[in-house]
Amino acid sequence: MPILPVILWTDALIYLLLALVVGFVWYVRRHEHLRAPWWRVAQTPAAMSALVVLTGFLLIGLLDSVHFRLALPAAPGAQGAARERAYAVEVKSALDLLVSSIANKPERTYSAPLATHAYAKETMELPGEGGAPGRQLRDYPRLQYGGAHLRDAQRDWRADVLRTAFRGMALALPLWLLASLMLVAACTPVESVASRDFWHAAWRGKTEVPWRAILITLALLLLVAVPTLLLAARYHVLGTDKVGLDVLYLSLKSVRTALVIGTLTTLVMLPFSVLLGIMAGYLRGVVDDLIQYFYTTLNSIPAVLLIAAAVLSLQVYIETHPGMFPTAAQRADFRLLWLCIILGVTSWTGLCRLLRGEALKLRELEYVQAAQAFGVSEWRIMLRHILPNVMHIVLISVVMDFSGLVLAEAVLSYVGVGVDPSMISFGTMINAARLEMGREPMVWWSLASAFVFMLALVLAANLFADAVRDAFDPRVRIGGRKLRLSGNET
Amino acid sequence: MYAYIVRRVIYAFFILIGVNLITFALFFKVNTPDDIARLQLGVKYVTPEAIAKWKADRGYDKPLVYNEKAQGRHKFTDTIYFEKSVEMFRFNFGAADDGRDIAHEISTRMWPSLALAVPVFLVGLLLQITFALMMAFFRATYIDFWGVVLCVVMMSISGLFYIIGGQYLISKLWNLVPISGYAAGFDALKFLALPVAVGVIGGIGSGARWYRTIFLEEVGKDYVRTARAKGLSEVVVFFRHVLRNAMIPILTGAVVAIPLLFMGSLVSESFFGIPGLGSYTIEAIQAQDFAVVRSMVFIGSVLYILGLLLTDISYTMVDPRVRFE
Repeated sequence: MPILPVILWTDALIYLLLALVVGFVWYVRRHEHLRAPWWRVAQTPAAMSALVVLTGFLLIGLLDSVHFRLALPAAPGAQGAARERAYAVEVKSALDLLVSSIANKPERTYSAPLATHAYAKETMELPGEGGAPGRQLRDYPRLQYGGAHLRDAQRDWRADVLRTAFRGMALALPLWLLASLMLVAACTPVESVASRDFWHAAWRGKTEVPWRAILITLALLLLVAVPTLLLAARYHVLGTDKVGLDVLYLSLKSVRTALVIGTLTTLVMLPFSVLLGIMAGYLRGVVDDLIQYFYTTLNSIPAVLLIAAAVLSLQVYIETHPGMFPTAAQRADFRLLWLCIILGVTSWTGLCRLLRGEALKLRELEYVQAAQAFGVSEWRIMLRHILPNVMHIVLISVVMDFSGLVLAEAVLSYVGVGVDPSMISFGTMINAARLEMGREPMVWWSLASAFVFMLALVLAANLFADAVRDAFDPRVRIGGRKLRLSGNET
Repeated sequence: MYAYIVRRVIYAFFILIGVNLITFALFFKVNTPDDIARLQLGVKYVTPEAIAKWKADRGYDKPLVYNEKAQGRHKFTDTIYFEKSVEMFRFNFGAADDGRDIAHEISTRMWPSLALAVPVFLVGLLLQITFALMMAFFRATYIDFWGVVLCVVMMSISGLFYIIGGQYLISKLWNLVPISGYAAGFDALKFLALPVAVGVIGGIGSGARWYRTIFLEEVGKDYVRTARAKGLSEVVVFFRHVLRNAMIPILTGAVVAIPLLFMGSLVSESFFGIPGLGSYTIEAIQAQDFAVVRSMVFIGSVLYILGLLLTDISYTMVDPRVRFE
């Protein structure tokens, strides 16, 4: 194999999270009382449309979480077994390989979306006659890759873009039909109806699961994604940034960072908040006082400043231990993980307080008192009787926190205590694009891309989270308090 | 009631001590002054003498908690912990790493911060409540539905985009107000108009939706049914009964934010170039000035604890049940 797999810390945690989700799904399928609320979520059109979009983002993120180092071509002089395979220093992901047609086409600097010429005029030298120095000319230079296949860019550009886009849409249609056929084939045996009837019912919105909404969302998604990918092979669909990197590529890479922050932060904090919250509520007394004191104290420290202090100390640590991080990717990844941990430390208190309140209520109920009367140990009561009955709160708060954390990443990266500056994220994109608004003519495409991608991700997450909350417990008050990033709401 | 408040004040004091210990551990044990000095002086080519001098200039060359060489009570007071951490309780913050007096900076930068944060808070709260009231009054109609959709979309947009969009639209395209900057006195108005508007708009989405759920929760209660059964009109029920009772959780929930207004807003202050405490904090973080960051952590915590205290007090004032517990 000409590759050397690299498992970064966050990769490992993402795999763990994936395993947990799969296990959770399997568990839910076997328990009627858990299946019922999820079934209600599945019947919400907005939530299922959001789920389609989220799945798309998730696929991008997972592809981007398979890391490896490519083997370098062997040195010409080396012989047989004596030569050792050398690996590139740069860590690549499966996504990088998949979209290498986009990633490996750096221009020199800015170029507008779908452009064939650079964004600013440059002085070019025309070839002179007979060795004489040529005439100088100020014009927009052709891009190295964007639209390079066009012979006459001025004349052919519009037709070529339109043709490629239409070809993409034409390709999206069979893909969508294939997906629909698979759906019909999968559903008709389960529901034991004729495929024709199922199709009619789905299309009139009469099915229990809102297949119509799902299929429409999928169609829209394909209609945007397929032409974009086709165009991306020949143009920079969303333009290029200051150092000539493709903005579409940057946006795709940012998705993983956002997903990691949104999910791993919760994963990291969950054991603490669940354990401490239940202990405080169930055991009461001194334990309760201590835990309450602990989380009130932590909560009192402004979150941004706590994060800043922790990230600064991490920088000191990285500077003094260069041996631990052989590649830049590993260093950036370690910082990302650390950011997740410290964000978890600052945001677990809300869930802890909710769980404490719920445990306080539950411990007075008959079934818990019965367990006490039977002499069941306290730990066992907390594990078997309290924990399963507060899981809905945990679940709701996990899905509700996600969008807030994605938004928080952007702000933290702006403040300078977010992800590593070399790591591609929405925050670093916005941060770099901020100064470009002042240029003439304006460079708007990085900012617009970050905006669209973030809005799609966060909006989908919010819609899905709302449906989950409504299905599990509409009365739980979660989501009112966002992560407190500064004194004022940012 | 007074016993209750006294108890809360004592509790708050203990929390403050906890915060103090955590920040001390974070800034002096996890990040030792040596590390900080090395970071400040450039990591690679730094001599031990330079570090020693840097520490001596800023008073970091003392023992952490116990000074064996000193006499009597100076064994405890002539230490880093006492001089850098305990002194904060007397609001004596010392000098920043660039030599300027932190307390003086804070007292001058406080006013621009307040000038931005207070209008954002008040106008924002008013608009959020109005919006939520409208959605709750027309609940389960199209107004409510689209209102919620609008709220969800608005809260899905990062605050950074509101700022950038506002600056582009209002300042660059329409040239209505300066893009950033600040001036004292009445001139501040034209600099503050945009940041306040952006801050208010950015907060409407999540705020209005949150207050809407509170209103709706209140609408479902028994006393509302009683009021309707008495024959009161829906308008009277809503604005006399529901509004009043819903304001209790809303206002007591908002109280906790009031003291923190002093801290200013990190992001919008630095975007709009307002010389407040928020931009001071950001500059300190970016310059890795630990003395300032430490002071801001302490002040922020004091203000938050003050907010909690005010919340407790406001509860005892509006809800008699708390008073008698």
